[in-house]
Amino acid sequence: MQPFTTLTGVAAPLPVANVDTDKIIPARFLKTLTRTGLGRALFDGLRYDETGAERPEFVLNRDPFRKAEILIALDNFGCGSSREHAPWALADFGIRCVIAPSFADIFYNNCFKNGLLPVTLPREVCEQLMQDTELGSNARVTVDLKRQVVVRANGEEIPFQVDEGRRKALLNGLDEIAETLTRDTGITRFETGRAAREPWRPAISLES
Amino acid sequence: MSPADVRRAGQTLFDKIWSAHVVETLASDAALLYIDRHLVHEVTSPQAFDGLRVNGRRVRRPDATLAVPDHNVPTANRDQAITDPESRLQVATLVQNVADFGVPFIPLNDVRQGIVHVIGPEQGASLPGMTIVCGDSHTSTHGALGALAFGIGTSEVEHVLATQTLIQSKARSMRVRVEGQLGAGVTAKDMALYIIGRIGTGGGTGYVIEYAGEAVRSLSMAGRMTLCNMSIESGARAGLVAPDDTTFDYIRGRPMAPKGDDFDAAVAYWRTLVSDDGAVFDHEVVLDAADIAPMITWGTSPEAVIPVTGLIPDPAELTDPAIRANQARMLDYMDLAPGPILGAAVDVVFIGSCTNARIEDIRAAAAIAKDRRVADGVRALVVPGSGLVKLQAEAEGLDRILTDAGFEWREPGCSMCLGMNEDKLTPGQRCVSTSNRNFEGRQGPGGRTHLASPAMAAAAAVAGRIVDCREFG
Repeated sequence: MQPFTTLTGVAAPLPVANVDTDKIIPARFLKTLTRTGLGRALFDGLRYDETGAERPEFVLNRDPFRKAEILIALDNFGCGSSREHAPWALADFGIRCVIAPSFADIFYNNCFKNGLLPVTLPREVCEQLMQDTELGSNARVTVDLKRQVVVRANGEEIPFQVDEGRRKALLNGLDEIAETLTRDTGITRFETGRAAREPWRPAISLES
Repeated sequence: MSPADVRRAGQTLFDKIWSAHVVETLASDAALLYIDRHLVHEVTSPQAFDGLRVNGRRVRRPDATLAVPDHNVPTANRDQAITDPESRLQVATLVQNVADFGVPFIPLNDVRQGIVHVIGPEQGASLPGMTIVCGDSHTSTHGALGALAFGIGTSEVEHVLATQTLIQSKARSMRVRVEGQLGAGVTAKDMALYIIGRIGTGGGTGYVIEYAGEAVRSLSMAGRMTLCNMSIESGARAGLVAPDDTTFDYIRGRPMAPKGDDFDAAVAYWRTLVSDDGAVFDHEVVLDAADIAPMITWGTSPEAVIPVTGLIPDPAELTDPAIRANQARMLDYMDLAPGPILGAAVDVVFIGSCTNARIEDIRAAAAIAKDRRVADGVRALVVPGSGLVKLQAEAEGLDRILTDAGFEWREPGCSMCLGMNEDKLTPGQRCVSTSNRNFEGRQGPGGRTHLASPAMAAAAAVAGRIVDCREFG
């Protein structure tokens, strides 16, 4: 997995609460077999009109936000479906960090598996950061996962919290499955112990 | 009492299931959690199987894994190949993956095929006390059996395929008690929508919700599944109902359930799966079932919900500018104005989805449809949750009642809940739907979704507008 250490880039404001994963990427784009190439479909309904033309008022269709690497939104970002296509689409577009007052659980989890950092900050701080974006291309924000701070354009540092295990995994770009496979003996011990205690547990079988 | 007994005296149902599945406590606040059942479908699994291939990994426990195509499949003309080339390829890829990795699979032409969250319980694959995951947020449905069931992303699907475990931090616990009895014409769907309206779409975030109280205990298994299904719409990681005789009666005799002495041994264990007296929840909500009416959503978030006889709120009365702007946008998208919702003209009615496509739901729709006609200009679809639900409905003659009334009777799948197949709304169409999400464009670009119960949806179909199903008794 791609590690995340420090990122300095343009931050785009999306002052909307409950941005759901259908909004981030509608279901009709989920017929893909790969993790890549979904950036074109990011925010499809907000970004394009019925003819497929860009809606000029949408933030990611405006300079300098076309090149945004950070997105700032309001509460409950990523609610709805478990589709990992949502972080895939964000990452494919070039967004590596989403800042919001709160995130939906599954989306939050999915971000960490894809080198994308979700940062939870109080709503008033998010609103302040959105105001900063009015400085245009000068409104560059730094997100430093090592030091766990967001640095505003004026140099002010805002600390944020993130689970230590997830922080380490993201900083090092760890392959979580390889890590878990080193615990194989423990998993086998769990399985055999339980099979002995609870022999009634059935297996999946389609023979009737 | 031993120290272990003292500790157990205050355990919630969630605590008990959690601790029975911890393989190892990890350095941070996370645990390596063992997964008993992994349900797989065609949309969120191809990248996971690819990951296994690239890394030379196998599926650790095919005998704990069950795959079925549902999201993408057509609900008509099943004797022909899937028309949409991308959908066809995605289903074909699942067929190839389950063959390559030896995963039990229910193919499209099998009578047991259906929506993954309908067939898990139906086949007896989902059982009390289990940990159950699937690359789909509505996995919370299986919590109705007293299982810890939650949706995961594709990377986690790959992790479970390879290791049969997940790295999880423990959620907080919430109990939602619904006391008293639901009124006539009020269902589990209305209860679910009412709860979301009360706690909000983010109200359950970070929690596992246990549903309790007299009104919940009185629900059938189908009703409990509807209730737990929509837990995710409040942001909760999972929803649970403690297993009881209703649960055991439901499970007994299902194809993959334990049999004979094994069943008795299982029930003896399952009876311990209740929250202890004195168990402490991080948050508790107490509601009165008598306050719940048939509900319907008016906006593009499940929390934007009112009793059908209620009023769509006026954004002008809100003080928070962000919320006001959001509500105004929802009204604009839905083409509605503040005031009564009764009477809004309807173009489409969808009865289906993992929320409401079980036999009880079809019966509720047929009870309204009997000796009535779908209103002129309304398209009404009934999509059973599985091939077995469809067969049962046909054995009861429900298909005839529905088709005589002008409803379309389709093959099982996710269908218009998310519009990945041909069943979708066209821009501007207004739909009363028994599904779970009313997000912008969810049922098709520009489509307008009103979430409601099967009875409310069927009543809207025959009236051609939003009506109170209690008038169709």
